[in-house]
Order: sequence, then structure tokens, then C-alpha cells
Amino acid sequence: MESYDIVVIGAGPAGSSAAMATAKAGLKVLMVEKRAEIGSPKRCGEGLSKSALGRMGLELEESWVRRTILGASTYAPNGKKITVNYKGPEGWVIERKVFDKWLAKKAVEAGARVIAKTDAVSVIKKDGKVSGVTLESNGKRWDVQAKVLIAADGVESKIAREAGIDTTLRLVDVASGVQFEMAGVDIDPDRIELYFGNEIAPAGYAWIFPKGKNQANVGIGVRKPWAKKTAYEYLMDFVESRPGLKKGSIVEINGGGVPVGALMKNMVADNFMVVGDAAHQVNPIHGGGIGESFVAGRIAAQVAVQAIRKGDCSKKSLSEYNKIWWKERGEKLQKLVRLREVTESLKDEELNWLAEYLQGEDLIELVRSSGFKKLAFLFMKKPRLMKLARKLL
Amino acid sequence: MIRTDSRKCLRCSGCVGVCPRSALTLTEHGIVCDSRCNNCKICINFCPVGAIDLEIEGVRRHLPTKV
Repeated sequence: MESYDIVVIGAGPAGSSAAMATAKAGLKVLMVEKRAEIGSPKRCGEGLSKSALGRMGLELEESWVRRTILGASTYAPNGKKITVNYKGPEGWVIERKVFDKWLAKKAVEAGARVIAKTDAVSVIKKDGKVSGVTLESNGKRWDVQAKVLIAADGVESKIAREAGIDTTLRLVDVASGVQFEMAGVDIDPDRIELYFGNEIAPAGYAWIFPKGKNQANVGIGVRKPWAKKTAYEYLMDFVESRPGLKKGSIVEINGGGVPVGALMKNMVADNFMVVGDAAHQVNPIHGGGIGESFVAGRIAAQVAVQAIRKGDCSKKSLSEYNKIWWKERGEKLQKLVRLREVTESLKDEELNWLAEYLQGEDLIELVRSSGFKKLAFLFMKKPRLMKLARKLL
Repeated sequence: MIRTDSRKCLRCSGCVGVCPRSALTLTEHGIVCDSRCNNCKICINFCPVGAIDLEIEGVRRHLPTKV
């Protein structure tokens, strides 16, 4: 039987990050991707922050950059705009199908083997412990052995469930998203735009991420039970109500589920780890997951390498990944889940009222899980919001 | 059991992630539902494009494909 130190299921940012780091450490690594083309179809607004790329230790490459982002405009339900201008480029809108493939190639350069259009059919267990995976490619089925199997299979997260970790998302913890990639639109080509409101995007937001002077990803994420229509219907209404968008054309339609909570205390089993969207490692406020995937992939890799060197890939040994991830990212993200729970219950008039007091810098702080005190202080002024203020402190 | 309208489905597989019974799988032909489905409708509530519907036995629906 084919045998590897590490087998990674799914070649998104989390999978490639884990494959790259384990291969760099000299391990024998295989990464498989179900889709025929790595990175396509995207389920993503394609925003990438400079800090996220830095966390990977990678440098920008022109091939996947579509637009440099110099600021952000956030709109309250009544249209009140809060603009932030960054001091320099803070991020980019990228082309995921180029970017993800580029990342996978980096993993190959580091020594990993990658195969596209290859399905992980089922997890192989020996004495109740994960020992490998059955793969299927081009009509052929075969078994591979893995010292550590890493599931990076995205929001579907079927592999982890087979391995015995329940990754099922409750509806309240997953945003239902749709996005149009549009051309011929009038937009702000240098800033991302975010629109909030219970009529526009209940318990979520609508976004315009520029991909060119007149091109953009226009998308929306909403959640049940607040949403009364499908995400698609909300997005159509959003586009129809804005002449600058309505005149444009749709060149690609994408959908997706975005985990925005349900952070997992345990992400390992014997000889098994789960990373990325599959482990709900997403910023619960803005729904961005590439940076989180990079970090989680790197931590999982570091722990797996140590475990294999020690010759102990038991659940106990791999649970070091839980510990490090929670310390480095989990605690911050958990705070943001609390912020999410507070903001999702705000009425439009309350959002409008907040927009009068919050500056762009405050919003940046909040997304980074700090500055909750100022928000709590504002909440104290309104009797209905007092209870929520306590949740923030 | 549920069925998806392949004319609407974007193959995003979000429904797979929310299914509490692991009854759904994304295949080349779209979403496939197996007998673990207990008609809880969570996937129907989630679907961003409204492509999922309950399949009522013995009733022919307007949807052209059964996957």
C-alpha cells in the first residue's frame, strides 16, 4: 500500500499551508483535491489582507493580484458612511483560482505530491483509529496509509465527521452566501464597501470588493432565522437598488456557506487533524478565512511534524494543536463570536445610531477583537442595549 | 429525502456542512441525498439559492432531475 507521513484532503489555503510546512520539514506528503481545478469555483469574496500573507511567510505575486485595497467604506442601513483610508496598501482583492493553484505549487516545490480531481471516498480505520484514506481518481480506487491524516475539506467537512469529530454547523453559525462577479459597474475601485442592515442583509452584510476599475465581486451573506428570503434574492435586491451595479453584467455566480462561530475545542483524533473552514476557523465578524487557514495549517503542521518525529501521533500528542491554536487564534475569535451575537440582534435604527458615534478606526479595532469597551459604553446609553453591553465586557 | 434542482444549485456544498445526519454528498452530478435523511429541512433553510426541496413520495414534482 502507498504510504505517507501526511495525507491532506483538500487543496485550499488551509490544506496547502499544512502540506507546504510538513513537506518543508522533510516529511513525505500527499495532498488531494476533489475538484478538477484547484481554487475553482471560489466560495469567497477574494479579499486578502497583507498581514494574512505575512503570516504565511509568503511574498506578493502579481499573477494573483487584481486590485490593491487602500481603504474601506462601511454603510449603516440609512446610508451613513464610515470611511477608513489606510496609510498604504493593507490588502488585495485576488484571483482565487490563480492564488490557490500558486499555493499548491508552493507545496509541490517544498516536496509535497499533489493530485487534483481526486476524491477522498472514505477514511480507513484500524482498531478504531484513523490509519489512512481510500482515494478515487479517474475511475481508479486505491488505499493510502497516513501517519497523520489532515482534513482540509472545507465547509462540507465530511472527513472529520467520518473520523469521529462532529463538525456539523448549526444554521445560526453559518452564513448563507451568494456572490456575483460583475463587470461594467460603477464602484469605488480602491476601497472595499460593506453594507449593513436588516433589510439589506439580515445578520450579515453585503459587500463590494473591487477587482478592477469597473469590475467587482458583489456578494452577500445572511443568516437564518433572521433572513426571510434566500441569499440570492437579497443579493438581487441589493444589485437592483443600486444603479451603479444594476447597469453591470454578471460574469460569474458563486455560492457558499461561511462558518461564523461554533469554534471547536477539539480538532484532533488519533492520527487525525482538521483545519480551515472544515474546523470553522473563520473570522466570525467579517467571514474571512484565508488568514485563519494559513495560521491553523502552519500550527497543525508544526505539531504533526513533532508527533511523527516522536513516533507518537495519538490524540493526546496531536492535541497540542488545540492548545496552540486556541492560545494564538481561538481566544480572539471566541471574543468575536460574542460580538457577532451582540450585533446580530441590533435593529436598523440602533445600527444607524451607532454609526453616528463610531469612527473607521473603531471598526478596525472591533474586527481585531479589541475596543469592545467603547462599544459597551455606547450601549449603556440605551436601556434596551444595556444587557448587550454586559455581554461585551 | 430531499432533492436539488440542478438548474439552480451552485455546487457550493454548504448544505453538506449543515446536514446533522451526514446524509448529503456533493458529487459530479450535484448533491446526492441518502437514506439517513430525516426531512429536517435544515439544508432547505440554508440553501443560498433555494435549490432544495422535500421529495414527497408518490408525488411528481415539477423539478426535472432527481439526484
